[in-house]
Amino acid sequence: MEELDGDPTLTFIPGVNSKKRQMCFDWGPGEMLVCETLFKKKEKEEKVPGCPLIYIVRKDIDVYSRILRKLFNESHGIFVGLQKIEEESTGKSRKAQLVRVSKNYRSVIRACMEEMHQVAIAAQDPICGRQYSSQVSILSAMELIWNLCEILFIEVAPAGPLLLHLLDWVRLHVCEMDGLSADVLGSENPNKHENFWNLPGNTQTLTELELKWQHWHEECERHLQDGTFASNPHLESLCKVCRVEIMLGDDNALLEQKELLSNWYHFLVTRLLYSHPTVKPIELHFYAQSSLDLFLGGDSSPEPLDNILMAAFEFDIHQVIKECSIALSNWWFVAHLTDLLDHCKLLHSHNLYFGSNMREFLLLEYASGLFAHHSLWQLGVDYFDHCPELGRVYLELHIERIPLNTEQKALKVLRICERRQMTEQVRSICKILAMKAVCNNRLGSALSWSIRAKDAAFATLVSDRFLKDYCERGSFSDLDLIDNLGPAMMLSDRLTFLGKYREFHRLYGEKRFADAASLLLSLMTSQIAPRSFWMTLLTDALPLLEQKQVIFAAEQTYELMQCLEDLTVGRPEPRKLGGQRSQEDDVETTKVEMLRLALARNLARAIVKEGTLEGS
Amino acid sequence: MFVARSIAADHKDLIHDVSFDFHGRRMATCSSDQSVKVWDKSESGDWHCTASWKTHSGSVWRVTWAHPEFGQVLASCSFDRTAAVWEEIVGESNDKLRGQSHWVKRTTLVDSRTSVTDVKFAPKHMGLMLATCSADGVVRIYEAPDVMNLSQWSLQHEISCKLSCSCISWNPSSSRAHSPMIAVGSDDNSPNISAKVQIYEYNENTRKYAKAESLMTVTDPVHDISFAPNLGRSFHILAVATKDVRIFTLKPVRKELTSSGGPTKFEIHIVAQFDNHNSQVWRVSWNITGTVLASSGDDGCVRLWKANYMDNWKCTGILKGNGSPVNGSSSQQGISNASLGSNNPNLQNSLNGSSASRYFFPPLDSPRAGSRWSSYAQILPPPPPPPPPPLIEHSCDADTANLQYPHPRRRYISQPLNPLPENEGV
Repeated sequence: MEELDGDPTLTFIPGVNSKKRQMCFDWGPGEMLVCETLFKKKEKEEKVPGCPLIYIVRKDIDVYSRILRKLFNESHGIFVGLQKIEEESTGKSRKAQLVRVSKNYRSVIRACMEEMHQVAIAAQDPICGRQYSSQVSILSAMELIWNLCEILFIEVAPAGPLLLHLLDWVRLHVCEMDGLSADVLGSENPNKHENFWNLPGNTQTLTELELKWQHWHEECERHLQDGTFASNPHLESLCKVCRVEIMLGDDNALLEQKELLSNWYHFLVTRLLYSHPTVKPIELHFYAQSSLDLFLGGDSSPEPLDNILMAAFEFDIHQVIKECSIALSNWWFVAHLTDLLDHCKLLHSHNLYFGSNMREFLLLEYASGLFAHHSLWQLGVDYFDHCPELGRVYLELHIERIPLNTEQKALKVLRICERRQMTEQVRSICKILAMKAVCNNRLGSALSWSIRAKDAAFATLVSDRFLKDYCERGSFSDLDLIDNLGPAMMLSDRLTFLGKYREFHRLYGEKRFADAASLLLSLMTSQIAPRSFWMTLLTDALPLLEQKQVIFAAEQTYELMQCLEDLTVGRPEPRKLGGQRSQEDDVETTKVEMLRLALARNLARAIVKEGTLEGS
Repeated sequence: MFVARSIAADHKDLIHDVSFDFHGRRMATCSSDQSVKVWDKSESGDWHCTASWKTHSGSVWRVTWAHPEFGQVLASCSFDRTAAVWEEIVGESNDKLRGQSHWVKRTTLVDSRTSVTDVKFAPKHMGLMLATCSADGVVRIYEAPDVMNLSQWSLQHEISCKLSCSCISWNPSSSRAHSPMIAVGSDDNSPNISAKVQIYEYNENTRKYAKAESLMTVTDPVHDISFAPNLGRSFHILAVATKDVRIFTLKPVRKELTSSGGPTKFEIHIVAQFDNHNSQVWRVSWNITGTVLASSGDDGCVRLWKANYMDNWKCTGILKGNGSPVNGSSSQQGISNASLGSNNPNLQNSLNGSSASRYFFPPLDSPRAGSRWSSYAQILPPPPPPPPPPLIEHSCDADTANLQYPHPRRRYISQPLNPLPENEGV
């Protein structure tokens, strides 16, 4: 996965010798093809068999993780909900909503992390188990960062409550293995702590807090001198720390207990708790930086996570997002966090690529990754929908590449496009399916797809196939479809003819001969029927002409005769020059003669009948 | 990026081109062995060769798919001076039973007097059209007026470029504001300083292609050229593979400022230029959204270029051969299997190699007290102690050792986990 910045990721292609050969490649919708080649090779040279393998290279591995899929699925729901949060709602209710959304995201991360952990424990294969474990640590770090961002950027807790939130943050994320460090933050002596832990209410002023804080320290001091803690050396040392700190104002005392603290931010919060409980948000970065410096003590340099947390303490949101983009293996985290922060109206200053903003940039990347997966792409649609600048065009480019292996899937894709008035994509998808059906000789399917594509030319082509089939086999396939064309029939003349011609057959089958006859005639006189088909129509008229009762009236018979003569007059006498008449020509000539005879007989009967009726 | 699968190609000579179809479920390969092969992806995700046939009487340089609106259609071009159009025929029951498909040659385009170096179908809104270019310096544009009858192709345009042509690219924009446009690259390496990229535009009035621009700054041989997908922009983006990778923008100058009937004039800017391949660049190609450009060069690497949200182009990924030969008999492999204990060392190395590319959090196999990375242990019982090393023969190979005992600061990349059942729904 590409990141916003940072070093390029290196992927080794086994079996390819990059020192001597090059690689040819091609992009697919979700994958890349890579293969060894030699571009400088000339035709006449000897055979140079290359690496015998073609490689499929994928971009975003996390999309293929079964457990992370839950993260994608569930966060999708939260994301969609967040987009619906009323713009109007302001102040406390809006903030409460946003905090709730943030907590929901975190609980999804946690659930995913727990599941991943279970799988890691259960993994039989050690390599596999380690992979799961590293996923757990990634998820854990995500949650840690998210939680801190929630406290600093979304809750925007003021001095006082800020420390309480930070305490919760550290308690949630710090290892329990380190018993004492938990104690430090837990309640080792409830009767002394109660006041402190009950503080979160906004009812108390900072002054009150300070006073209680002082009081608590004095108590600790007294207990220490009384030897109350003697039974517990840990607590004793802890209180010494407090005392030393209070008396000397020396952070080093606490630092001596470094091994009891799991990391620098643990140290930071502990330090704040004991010496600066009323720390203000703007002062945080100072304490954070010095805690980091003191804790690492020049032994090691900060790691990416340290930098991210530090950026958060500095309230540098863009830096947080940038560092996360570099460090994390997928776009899920940055896309969702950025979107949430954008809803908190924290990102307005950054106008970015193609007029799009960072939120959109990240959401587009994340959703594009989802489209590489055969089912997760459906989630991607909603993310594109909420990218006002380029979401639409991204969706257009991605959705037409969704493989249409089943009718069900095709219909799903079509519904998505139709709902968004993506007419060109709808047309193209239907056209692809129509073409596929024609190639497989599924004419009914081909016809319905070309109707849906509103592709007149293709509908004409398929109608012709139907008619050709009818001429060859004497029956229609896909009657249901043709009988129920309705207004779709008007898409092309040929399709209209097909529908009407089929209607003629139905009327004939229902023995509604008069209706059938006039429809048949009108198909020719209105020029809907292609000339090439007239002989077939006239032949169809034969049995009607041969019925006992008169079906074609005299006037209609004249018209039929006209049609027959129109058809034969332009036609040269078959192959007189060659002297030899083909069998086909013979059949044709016989047909014409039979028709003439039948028409003449019918005309006679019709005249008689009509004369008789008039006379009576 | 990670290698998800490898497929035994079974070509008898060098492969020159690989090509995905529109949906990425089929691919075609062509080779100096004069054949083309078509591969299909099954529901389970495996790739099977469903057709392999001799297409030309010389090396086949390029193979490309038509848009599926026109059916299953391929075009190939060759040293034998021809290009050919192929169509898949459904219904041969014997073939179907054997899982094979049948491709028939619909036409051979024989107008070139020299090797046909590139073949590209036009964007689908123009109908079924095909452009070829050849070493004799001619670009030819053919059209199949009846999409149901691919044996009829008419030569619509012949554009003489004066210089040996190596590559062509259609502008994919379907906007009515943009006339059909094709860019041509030349690998002419005579010591002249003429422009090696020319851009031709279709003129509705004269019904001819006329030269709109030359990229005067590109004077070294050009091996490939590629317009980016348009994304609704008013301007065009063109990538050029020459002695380096270059990305140009072409902004149309407003029509009224130029003479009414003439070709569009463009304001041309170079927005990126990279010489990371150190030498010749041979291929450039955009992903489907035009956000990532891939290039392949003499350094044996494929490099991925992407503009970040500040519009700075950067190399974001490198695909590099690891140099070790592959056992020729190996067949298709899902790499996910490899990571789960396959004995294919190459694939394992590749995984491990890629893991060196990114770091964040070392894996958490044994949380230590005071570890900075045991943060999740509060809510979760610690994982079991590190398992015994897997039964892989110990070697001096550092990578193998690394696999078993991850360095605490090993860079992180997520690796294939469980192989997925392909059809699991959302």
